[in-house]
Amino acid sequence: MKIWYGVLLLLFFTLAACGGGDATDNSATAAPAAQTPEEKMLAEGKGIGEVKFVELKTPLEAERVSRGKAIYDMKCAACHKLDDKRVVGPGWKGVTKTRKPEWVMNMVTNVEIMLEKDEEAQKLLQLCLTRMPNQNVSLGDARDVLEFMRSNDGEK
Amino acid sequence: MKKVFFFLSGLLLVIVALWQCKTKGVASASADDAAQKTYVAPGKYDEFYNFVSGGFNGQVSVYGLPSGRLLKIIPVFSVFPENGYGYSEETKPMLMTSHGFVPWDDQHHISLSLTDGVQDGRWMFANANNTPRVARVDLKNFRTMEILEIPNSGGNHSSPFITENSEYIVAGTRFSIPMDDQPDVAIETYKQNFRGTASFISIDPQNGGLKLGFQVLLPGVNLDLSRSGKGPSHDWFFFSCYNSERANTLLEVNASQNDKDFIVAVNWKKAEEYAKSGKGVTKSVRYAHNTYDETTHSATTKWETEAIMLDPKVLKDFVYLIPCPKSPHGCDVNPTGEYIVGSGKLAAIIPVFSFDKMQKAIAAQNYEGEYDGIPVLKYDAVLHGEVQKPGLGPLHTEFDDNGNAYTSFFVSSEIVKWNVQSLQVLDRVPTYYSIGHLCVPGGDTKKPWGKYVVAYNKITKDRYLPTGPELAQSAQLYDISGDKMKLLLDFPTVGEPHYANAIPADLIRKNSVKFYKLEENNHPYVAKGEGQAKVTRDGNKVHVNMTAIRSHLTPDNIEGVRVGDEVYFHITNLEQDWDVPHGFAVKGATTAEILIMPGETQTLVWKPLKPGVVPFYCTDFCSALHQEMQGYMRVSPAGSNLPLKFSTGAEPAVQ
Repeated sequence: MKIWYGVLLLLFFTLAACGGGDATDNSATAAPAAQTPEEKMLAEGKGIGEVKFVELKTPLEAERVSRGKAIYDMKCAACHKLDDKRVVGPGWKGVTKTRKPEWVMNMVTNVEIMLEKDEEAQKLLQLCLTRMPNQNVSLGDARDVLEFMRSNDGEK
Repeated sequence: MKKVFFFLSGLLLVIVALWQCKTKGVASASADDAAQKTYVAPGKYDEFYNFVSGGFNGQVSVYGLPSGRLLKIIPVFSVFPENGYGYSEETKPMLMTSHGFVPWDDQHHISLSLTDGVQDGRWMFANANNTPRVARVDLKNFRTMEILEIPNSGGNHSSPFITENSEYIVAGTRFSIPMDDQPDVAIETYKQNFRGTASFISIDPQNGGLKLGFQVLLPGVNLDLSRSGKGPSHDWFFFSCYNSERANTLLEVNASQNDKDFIVAVNWKKAEEYAKSGKGVTKSVRYAHNTYDETTHSATTKWETEAIMLDPKVLKDFVYLIPCPKSPHGCDVNPTGEYIVGSGKLAAIIPVFSFDKMQKAIAAQNYEGEYDGIPVLKYDAVLHGEVQKPGLGPLHTEFDDNGNAYTSFFVSSEIVKWNVQSLQVLDRVPTYYSIGHLCVPGGDTKKPWGKYVVAYNKITKDRYLPTGPELAQSAQLYDISGDKMKLLLDFPTVGEPHYANAIPADLIRKNSVKFYKLEENNHPYVAKGEGQAKVTRDGNKVHVNMTAIRSHLTPDNIEGVRVGDEVYFHITNLEQDWDVPHGFAVKGATTAEILIMPGETQTLVWKPLKPGVVPFYCTDFCSALHQEMQGYMRVSPAGSNLPLKFSTGAEPAVQ
């Protein structure tokens, strides 16, 4: 049963991401069924988006860390520092301790919807006053960035 | 009260009219429903893209139809300070020619790429009339990607019309000139030494790349307009010409002496065979071939040195002349490819020629003589018929999908609808004022989409609020879905539109590029992330690899620059989302601003002339903190030994 919710939710987001008129009809039918898991995700602090569950491994996956660092340097470093100082966006120090990994990846890959629906994301916008841009980071790249964040937070 | 009554009765009429339309399924428009037919509600899209030549502004503008809203100006042959085209180091090579950097041109006609005679939405081609060139614009990014100069050419007017499978675009000379290898001759030797050429430029079917295939050497007439054949006439190209008198002065009088000039019919398939089998003469020439690379985000100029010339006096059987009355201008081929419509600017009739009859006349050698060694076919032998009393000053003809033609009349200021088969005039509507070109969506192709005709008028006068001596150009949209044409809308246009094409929006919008991927940016001075931002010195050249992201530039404090330096600001936009360009300008720059699209790198050169601290900033409103997106560069006197120093924020980095 849960799988079906997942599929419907995924369908909803895929269509919603497409934009345009067609999406409304489909989401109208999918929404009542999809709402419960969406609310559940938000309530659990996982945010909202395609990422429902992230499996973290210990020790850290070294390849992911170095790939994540490269993506950070190119697409994130202009606004996020690695200490706890806020520049344009919040510093990353401690982010993996205060946020669930699903929340982090959804924020990176689904920022428009997160800013619309997730309370924690909205609080950050009120603080920083600059909407976090969609940097078109893929799910795989977002997972690598997450691993780099864990490393930045001192995990081994 | 009376007013309210009239308004309500008017409204009622509209409703009744609409209701009748709906119930009877009649698509006829009336003045009453013009507003509805052209109204595109907020947030909704137009049905067609309308690509409109910019004439003396050298650009191409893009409008939506039926609303007439201006969507974009695509810089092609003229510099565009608004986005830095022709000013940035990356785009300057696009305007390089054998005459050096040319910042302006006169852009007359466009054509859209075709597959089997139907618009495919891949590329748009444009001509430059003054310094002869053709350009290719990619319709995925609405950018000029290639400009090819045409050697042995003057006044590239008869261009860039296209064959029905995008095999070639053409470039025909409005001004005959002495050929490039014999440049210095007396003007009075015009008849002996001046020649026209029709160039065939091949299009790479994969990437659209242009290449001068061959040139056809023609007598010193003025080639005016041209169209390729279609279907049965696929192998042929037709060029109208005037000045068969070959006058070189006071053409107004001297080029209007002959009763008939010509339509030049070129069998380009046969010409192609001649060229490929080495039958042409290879001429030594020099012309620029400029291409833009979307991975390095930079244009380069390649110098080409050869042109294959085919002389129809020597290589027989591929060029024939059709007599056409009174200085023909438009030369248009109907969707079936059977009929060629000539429009004599000074004629009182429109002659329509039959391709089938032309083939038979050629087979039977039914000639009335020769003109400069080229056979002239007998007028009556190739004529399908003449449209009688159509109007005054016919210029151009487009077609619908029901066998009808729409011809513009400059002198009598009207569009006349007539049937191509029967040659009967069916309808006429006035234009405001003095129409030049006209455009039916797909109206020059095998498959016209019909629905509208747009008039591009030459005279504006009182159509809009006056704006001093210089007025906006006037375009008008007519509904042609019924028997009678109905005026729906006036809309002002920029530059001076000549020809235009319209294409269903769905063929283009789904392919539109939203941003460039940073990972794929191979610009030599890219900064892929702030960590790569830096300032380096190479002699008197200072290179600033700068990044831009909402809402700061890195580095934003720069010192160690000296009077006499050349500062290269290479700005990489780190954004990776749609519609987040950043702009860049620096005080005292004698160039322009540059706009940098997400993921792109563009370079502005700036030469400091005096010591001081100059501000630079983002010019494209990007975020709530856009006003804060700024920086400073300190300029010290020449000979200063202050080292280069650059930083952003709290952590200065010293080199």
